[in-house]
This record gives sequence, C-alpha cells and structure tokens, in this order.
Amino acid sequence: MPNMNMLQAINNALDIAMAEDERVLCFGEDVGSFGGVFRATSHLQEKYGHARCFNTPIVEQGIVGFANGLASQGSVPVAEIQFADYIFPAFDQLVNETAKFRYRSGDLFNVGGLTLRAPYGGGISGGHYHSQSPEAYFAHTPGLKVVIPRNPYEAKGLLLASIRDPDPVLFFEPKRLYRASTGEVPEEDYQLPLGEAEVTREGTDVTLVGWGAQMEVIDRAVELAEKDGISCEVIDLRTILPWDEDTVADSVLKTGRLVVTHEAPRTGGFAGEIAAAIQERCFLYLESPVMRVTGLDTPFPLTLEKEYLPDHLKIHEAIRASVNY
Amino acid sequence: MTTTRETSALEFLAGDEYSIPTYRVLSQDGRLIEGADAPALERDQAHRIYQAMLATRVMDERMMAAQRQGRLSFYMQCTGEEAAVVGATAALDDADMIMAQYREQGALVYRGFSFDEFMNQLFGNELDYGKGRQMPVHYGSRKLHYMTISSPLGTQIPQATGYAYGQKLAGEGLCTLVFFGEGAASEGDFHAALNMAAVHEAPVIFFCRNNGYAISTPTVEQFAADGVAPRALGYRMHVIRIDGNDILAVYRATEEARRIAVEQNKPVLIEAMTYRLAAHSSSDDPSGYRSKKEEEAWRERDPILRMKHWMVERDWWSDDEEQSLQEELRREVLETMKRAEKRPPPALGTLVTDVYADVTPALQRQLDALEAHIRRYPDAYPKGASSLDPDVKGSAGASTDQGGV
Repeated sequence: MPNMNMLQAINNALDIAMAEDERVLCFGEDVGSFGGVFRATSHLQEKYGHARCFNTPIVEQGIVGFANGLASQGSVPVAEIQFADYIFPAFDQLVNETAKFRYRSGDLFNVGGLTLRAPYGGGISGGHYHSQSPEAYFAHTPGLKVVIPRNPYEAKGLLLASIRDPDPVLFFEPKRLYRASTGEVPEEDYQLPLGEAEVTREGTDVTLVGWGAQMEVIDRAVELAEKDGISCEVIDLRTILPWDEDTVADSVLKTGRLVVTHEAPRTGGFAGEIAAAIQERCFLYLESPVMRVTGLDTPFPLTLEKEYLPDHLKIHEAIRASVNY
Repeated sequence: MTTTRETSALEFLAGDEYSIPTYRVLSQDGRLIEGADAPALERDQAHRIYQAMLATRVMDERMMAAQRQGRLSFYMQCTGEEAAVVGATAALDDADMIMAQYREQGALVYRGFSFDEFMNQLFGNELDYGKGRQMPVHYGSRKLHYMTISSPLGTQIPQATGYAYGQKLAGEGLCTLVFFGEGAASEGDFHAALNMAAVHEAPVIFFCRNNGYAISTPTVEQFAADGVAPRALGYRMHVIRIDGNDILAVYRATEEARRIAVEQNKPVLIEAMTYRLAAHSSSDDPSGYRSKKEEEAWRERDPILRMKHWMVERDWWSDDEEQSLQEELRREVLETMKRAEKRPPPALGTLVTDVYADVTPALQRQLDALEAHIRRYPDAYPKGASSLDPDVKGSAGASTDQGGV
C-alpha cells in the first residue's frame, strides 16, 4: 500500500472522482494549471481539461453561487475556497442557499452534489487570516454537512464519500497536516461513512473528543495520561454536522467523564453543543463536569500562537482535572 | 485581456463617452415604429403571450384583493412588468432554465403553471410543491424549468451562471435566463455572476427589470451611472437596453440574446426599462415615496394595453374576446382560490424532511418529541394536531411527487 501525505490523498480522491464521473468539476482560485496554492488539485486540469478543472476569479460568493447553480443543474462541483478564513463572503450563499435549497423547494431542486473544500486551522504561523476554524458557524445551519479528516487515509475516504453524498458538504482540511501527516493509503476507491464518529482508542476512565488536527494533539496528551495510569477512550467526531451523538454518549456512559477539544474560540464553539447534549443524555453517569480545551476567545494570534493553541499539555491537564475532580 | 495602447495625454474617462440607447419597436398606440427591427411573431404565439399577460394581471388583482380581505398573508404583483417578464420567457425555449427574483409569475403563467398550482403555493397547503415552507409567491416548478424562488436578493444571479455553465457542458443547446431588479444589481452577487459568466463563457441571459424602485428607493439613490447596462462593458459582455413595456422589443431582444448565448456561449445583459405600477408588496404603500402623477404617467404606458392595440390593429384580438377571457380568468382564480384555502396544511412530518436527503436520527428525535408535545396540547397547535389525527391523516404527504417530473 502506498504511503501518501494528506495532499496526495486528497489529490488522489479528486482524481478518482473525476475519472469516474464526468459531471465532477474542480474549480477555485489558482486551482487550474497551478494545482492550487497547496497543490491539492495538481495535474487535474492536464488530465481532465480546462472545462472541468479551472481557475475562477477571486470572488468567494461567486464561487459558491456558481457551484450552487451547477449542483442544482445536476453537475457535481467540488469547489475550493483557498483558506477557510476567506469563506465569509460566501456565507450567504452557503447559509441561505446551499443549506436550504432542498427544503425550500420541497425537494423539487437540490444542491446535494456540492462539495466545498477549504484548508482550515492554525499551527502554520498564519495569523488571523490563515488559521481560523470556522466549523461552528456552519454547524448552526441545518442542511449543511461539515466533515473534517484527521489523516491521509481518512481524508481520501471521507472526501470521496462527501463528493458522492446526496447532501452538500463543507470539507475542512487541516492544513497543518497537509504534508506533516503521512500514512498508508490504498490506491483504489473507498469511502468512509459520513455522520459516524470513530473510536480510535478504547479506554475506561475518560472520553476525549476532537476532530481534524486536534486528533494527533489528543494522542500526545493521552500518552502522558496513560503514564499517569489513566485509561483514555478517544473519539474522532469526523462529521461535525450532523454529529454522532450516540457514539459519544455510549462512551461517556462507560467512562463517566468527557473532555472536548477544538482550536476554535471557546464561546459558541462546537464543544459547547457536545457538552450540552451529553449532559442531557448522561447526567446521572457523569463523574465530573464536561471539560473544554479550546482556543481563547480572541482573534487568532501570530507570535503567541503556541500559547493560544489547545496543545497536548493543556489537554493532559484537563484529563487529570476531570479524573481527579 | 488588458489592452496596452499608450498615450502621453493625461486624460481621464468619465463614462459619459458611452450612451446606451433604448431599443423600441412598438409605439404606445400599438403601431410598429417605421424601420424597426421587429420580430416575426406568429398569431398563435402572440395569443399565448397576450393571454399569459392578461392572466397574470387578473390573478394579481384578485390575489391582492384577497390579501386585503385577510385571506392571504402576503402578495406581490407583477403589474406593469408583464411584457418584460412574459416577453422574455416567450423568446426562450420552454426547456431553458428560468431563475427569477420573485415578481415574475408571468413566466410561470406563460409556461403553463395552473391557477391551482399558484393557489396551492399561496395558501401553503398540502399540495404546495414547497410543502408550505416559504412565504407566498415563492413558486417553483421542476417540470417547467423554473427554479424555486429564494427571498435573499441577487443570490440567484451567480447560480444562473453556474447552471448555464453546466448546460453548456451537457451540450443540450439550452441556456438560463435570470431575472432581477435594478436594486438587486447592487448586490455583490450580481458582479460576481457577470464577471464569472464572461470569464467562463456561460450561456446565460441576465435580465434586469429596471422598474424604477427598490421598495421605496428610486434609481437615483441606487446608482450614479446611466442605469445598469453600462456595467456589462466592464465585463466585456453583450448588452442591450430595451423598452420593457414593449412586448415586441422584449421578445426580439431576448430572442437574439438567446442566440448569442447558445450559439456563441456568451452571456448577455438585457436592461428592460419598465415601472412597478403596484406597491412593492402587500406590506408596502407607495404613496409615501412617489406621486400619483408619476404613476398615472406610467399607467398610460401600460404594456398590456400596448400589446392589445397591436393585436386589435392586426385583427388578432377584439374587445369581446378580451371581456370574455377576463371573466373566465376571474372565475377560475376565484374557484381555485376557494379550493386551495380549504385544503389542509402539510403534514407535521414535513417539518423535518428535505433538510437532508434522509431524516437524521437527531431530527427524528426532535420530531418525536414535538409530536408528543402536540398530543398533550392539541388546541395550541391546530395545524399540527390535525395532521396527527388519524381521521385526517389520509391526506398527508399528498404532494410528494407532484411537479417533480
């Protein structure tokens, strides 16, 4: 089985999707012959032509509006927003159009074919505008699916599933892992399920929930906790919306403790939703309050990025606090 | 592509170098302007157009009256803009996609949307294709290639560019026509759409209804330029300004725009100069922002009257035919309205369908909890309670596969 980094896995998934179905189109800023600023769409224009893989003008609301129209027509657009930080000009098209297309038409029309890819997250010295994690904004919007992979294998399987899913998907890619994360990825076509979390490590004392780039940070924290004699169960949510409450609740019913972590700011972050849902379902089983390890309620910083980020040490502290509550 | 012609003269351009004329074929008394480039409109086609315009006018009058009587929550009239909307639609292939703003019911009338279908949407009953989810006038029809209306202004414009690009790739020789007002043309989506259409060579017709007002805001407060048309030049796009109350000018211009779009894969902007004779909506009162005198001046330029003169002049139409058609249309509107308002609302379960292709477990739990709550307080939720009552449940979901084709 070949070894790939996350970009190669994503590129491979796009290649498979475009080869299989000529209705699949890849476009966005610098996506064409250049192959994207991160090279996720390398060689796709050479292989499938300018009509199916192309640069767009710099206009995010146009990219998503165009993609909505294409998807409603029956094409399968896989559009790219160069950085998730630049998705906001397209917020109206996503929240008022993409998300409501099927519902408002009574299923006469839908944009289920739409997939929107965007690199997200910090750890690359990107400052305010190349570091944000905007998943919670979109998790508040019924009709969208929000998917975030943690490694190359997951990226390929989840992206192929997103492209073929009958609902529109926002696919946020942890750009810090684009080249840093490598692993075995099958050459052939495969899909991983949307809306299903994965228990990546079984344990009995405390449940840790995260997604995307936070998963490897969790793993480092868990190594420290295991040295303390704490048995950790780790869950990768994988799909933020609609999220897999059952898997998390089942785990917390077993461990009695929950720590949720994300890079995004704390207030209004998705950890709050998880905490609320879990206390509703597991209240009498909880041994300690649900804890959140998140970014600060500030714009994303630059020089003090390391201080801002919810790293393994902060998560380890939270695990200990949860167990020793 | 940027030109590189150099000059040593310091010279700013102010835009006044361009003056875009208004294409007109028919004078108000229904006579062809001499030497005008008029369309070859057959008698049957002219009848179909005229009857659609008249039916739109009659429906609008009756439904606004129904709104005033409290039978309907909201309504919007096409009044004064029937020639622009119906004429543009008539010049298309019936399989071309139309993406409208919200005031273009004339397009649906022309394509054969029945009064029953209109009424079911207006009353949001169980037969509404949109399952009672949107305000009145948010129609849609898959079988008539008319995209369901969305309230946010201008969002349909870049979608039309994308839709048309997909049509081009599919190679079916079809195009998309997108309607919007001169106010919506101030939205960022308008500019995104036109630029992308020109760059990606999408067969799309941007049809701007410049009707003078965006609710209360007149065009002088909407843009400093000479209307919307000059913007096309900035995107290197074909453009024409037309008299939107002149059915022949609208038809001919749209027919030619369609040819350019489909044969050359080039977008076209049409700016139709017209006037919103009615209020913005049933919630608006224009007396606060424009004069009766101004309205009267435009009433004399009524597009339906102008077409009627032309039809009568050619012996294609008569006052008798007009009167009997009007009576028939009024009767039909009233009958279908009575039918639609008596129909039950959509079933409670439609609250959670179509959010996603399949109802998610979390949504199913929310619906179950809501049903249990409504069973405890049926009087507080009469619509939901009636749909849970087994005796009336037979009608639930009746609209699932209609208009879908």
